[in-house]
Amino acid sequence: MELALFFYFLLGFAVLMYVILDGFDLGLGILYPWFETSEERDTVMRSIAHVWDGNETWLIFAGVTLFAAFPLAYAQLLSHLYIPIMLMLFGLIFRGVSFEYRHRAERSKPWWDRAFFVGSALAAFSQGMILGALVQGAKVNGEGFELVWLTPFTLLVGLSVVAGYALLGSTYLIIKTRLPLAQQAARLGKVLLLIVLGALVMVSLLMVFANEPVFARWFNTYHLIWLAPLPILSAILAWKLYQNLDNIQSLPRPQQPFWLAVGLFISAFAGLVISLYPYLIPFQLTLWQAQAPHSALAFVLPGVLIFLPLVLGYTLWGYKIFAGKLEHDTY
Amino acid sequence: MDMDAVLLSRLQFALTVSFHIIFPSITIGLATAIALWEGLWLKTRDPLYLQLAKFWIKPFAITFGMGVVSGVVLSYEFGTNFSVLSEKGGAILGPLMSYEVLTAFFLEAGFLGIMLFGWQRVSEKLHFFATCVVAFGTWLSAFWIIAANSWMHTPAGYALVDGRFEAVDWLAVIFNPSMPYRLSHMLIASLITASLLIAGVSAWYLRRERHIDFARRGLSMALWALLLLVPLQMLVGDAHGLNVKQHQPIKVAAMEGIWAESERHAPLLLFAWPDMAAETNHFEIGIPGLASMILTHRRDGEIQGLTSVAAEDRPYVPVVFFSFRVMVGLGLLMLLLAAWGLYLRRHQRVYQHRGFLTFATLMIPAGVVATLAGWYVTEVGRQPWVVQGFVRTVDAASPIAAEKVLFSLTLFALIYGVLLVVYGYFMRKLIQQGPDEAMLVTATQPQREL
Repeated sequence: MELALFFYFLLGFAVLMYVILDGFDLGLGILYPWFETSEERDTVMRSIAHVWDGNETWLIFAGVTLFAAFPLAYAQLLSHLYIPIMLMLFGLIFRGVSFEYRHRAERSKPWWDRAFFVGSALAAFSQGMILGALVQGAKVNGEGFELVWLTPFTLLVGLSVVAGYALLGSTYLIIKTRLPLAQQAARLGKVLLLIVLGALVMVSLLMVFANEPVFARWFNTYHLIWLAPLPILSAILAWKLYQNLDNIQSLPRPQQPFWLAVGLFISAFAGLVISLYPYLIPFQLTLWQAQAPHSALAFVLPGVLIFLPLVLGYTLWGYKIFAGKLEHDTY
Repeated sequence: MDMDAVLLSRLQFALTVSFHIIFPSITIGLATAIALWEGLWLKTRDPLYLQLAKFWIKPFAITFGMGVVSGVVLSYEFGTNFSVLSEKGGAILGPLMSYEVLTAFFLEAGFLGIMLFGWQRVSEKLHFFATCVVAFGTWLSAFWIIAANSWMHTPAGYALVDGRFEAVDWLAVIFNPSMPYRLSHMLIASLITASLLIAGVSAWYLRRERHIDFARRGLSMALWALLLLVPLQMLVGDAHGLNVKQHQPIKVAAMEGIWAESERHAPLLLFAWPDMAAETNHFEIGIPGLASMILTHRRDGEIQGLTSVAAEDRPYVPVVFFSFRVMVGLGLLMLLLAAWGLYLRRHQRVYQHRGFLTFATLMIPAGVVATLAGWYVTEVGRQPWVVQGFVRTVDAASPIAAEKVLFSLTLFALIYGVLLVVYGYFMRKLIQQGPDEAMLVTATQPQREL
């Protein structure tokens, strides 16, 4: 019982790490067309060239955690969401190879620019549609259920994720670059923040009012009291972030907007978990129904307890080694 | 679910996994070679070793990138296309893959940045450490994924509960009967593949009289490696074959083209045209008794044949039969290369003999092709089973519409086709640019006192 819950939260942690880490580098891919000169684009890509692979590994980790701990959910979710998952994978392929080939290319450079932008945007948009299909909940039909991934709602969630990742990317760029470029990032960030907030409100309201179980969870008086701080916290974070982006020259630390944006993501993610717990496929399959036998969970547990802290340790160390603004050095 | 969707899913898996395996089979060996050179440089301070490491890191980087993007696909494809297998075998395969990600993927990704971009940011020793960690990660990754793959060939340590597999003894699951053989065979294959690449590229430089010292050192080391590894691979391959005979006799029957229920004095077929409908071979050319000799170590040793099981329990014989011959044939050519190299070395002509250098260059793809052929032998030879003896591949696929799979398969074929050409183009470009000679000059010039 408790092990399944542990793995549910591990899965949540893996997804959240993925969304934040690959979020900012997919976000920079999405913002690529707004950086026009080849030098700016070099800098943008250089700021993430050493981390994208590690960031994407969290997606694989989330996938195999689902596979190992909730094989039933892995099988049903992935086969029901076949098309958007394939689109995401195609997007990630284009995005990934452009890191290796763009800076070695000469004539074909514009093509790799396009591959980087289209791949990043497609991956983010597909992930949003997958999320949207889940939030909508499975539609029960004669033989079982289906997850509808192409509706106005999933398109809206897809766009929200694209905007959200781009926001994260713009705040990451403020950490890594100096003024003209950082200023450009902040300008984009402000617009994106407004879009993200609008989308967040719309998606939240649609989610709560379209799904009876979610509505019941939030608007039960008892829950309302302890859940109320979450939207309030999001509003405060968003307000701080807007002020930061409005005047990045007086920031105490260049990391601040990034962490505020991360805070916004965490609170949105928490709201999602609160709404959908304990379902892995809303409102069809719970974590208890999907869990793997004890032998599987007990075998993976020590691996997680030993290796995950190590992973976090050396990942952080890696970021420290490459910390600071990008200069015109060779890496 | 209709049959078309199953067939398309199988084709797609075959395509995506074939495309993927090209890259790790190069990077496992190449990472090991780069770590070796960096270590030798730190020990001897011979700048040639540093030049080798710094040059080969570039092809390594693009190959590794291709491996990452094509590998992500696989970690999701079990669920998208083989959901029934995922449900039935998830509690065994999922945990093994979790350990692969936790112990290997994160490790490789975490230290790759330092290996590729960290020369100016960390000390030489720390850089060497990062390279070793990446190389170790590639080996560890192979360990886990081969454990999972081998378990499907020779399931062990499990119980079947409500039609789903559950582990009862994880050590038995991991070190299942075919795992040590398949793992050794694959790791050596990767070392050979990288050695052939290094030897072939070095030979190409020598033929064009470019980067002479660099190319001599690379060719020499790669040829020693081949001289050691190719015979070793033949011994391991033989042991692997005996293991297959014990656990998957029908696969061996397909490899050898043996149709009788069982056969003594089985010949080693050099060529034949297996005919599945007629259950016989046409145009057989063979060496009498040799297959029996190899597989049982006795001329009259008995080998189980294809017709000992029902037709629906046999693999598609021609693919297994011919892939096996491609693999073994290329193995013999590799042995010839290594032996010829040794002969020329003894006569001081190994760096000049144009015929030999051309042969070494032509052999660059032999490692990849032999590895692919070997995987076709083992994977097609396992059919019709996905989990040997328990789950048929046709019963393992997702119940999805054929059009969806056709859509993704078409795109995979297009994208992977283009990417393979692009990869070849950039590899060629890197090789044509060659190593940085300026680095060698500055490193070898005596330091002036200020």
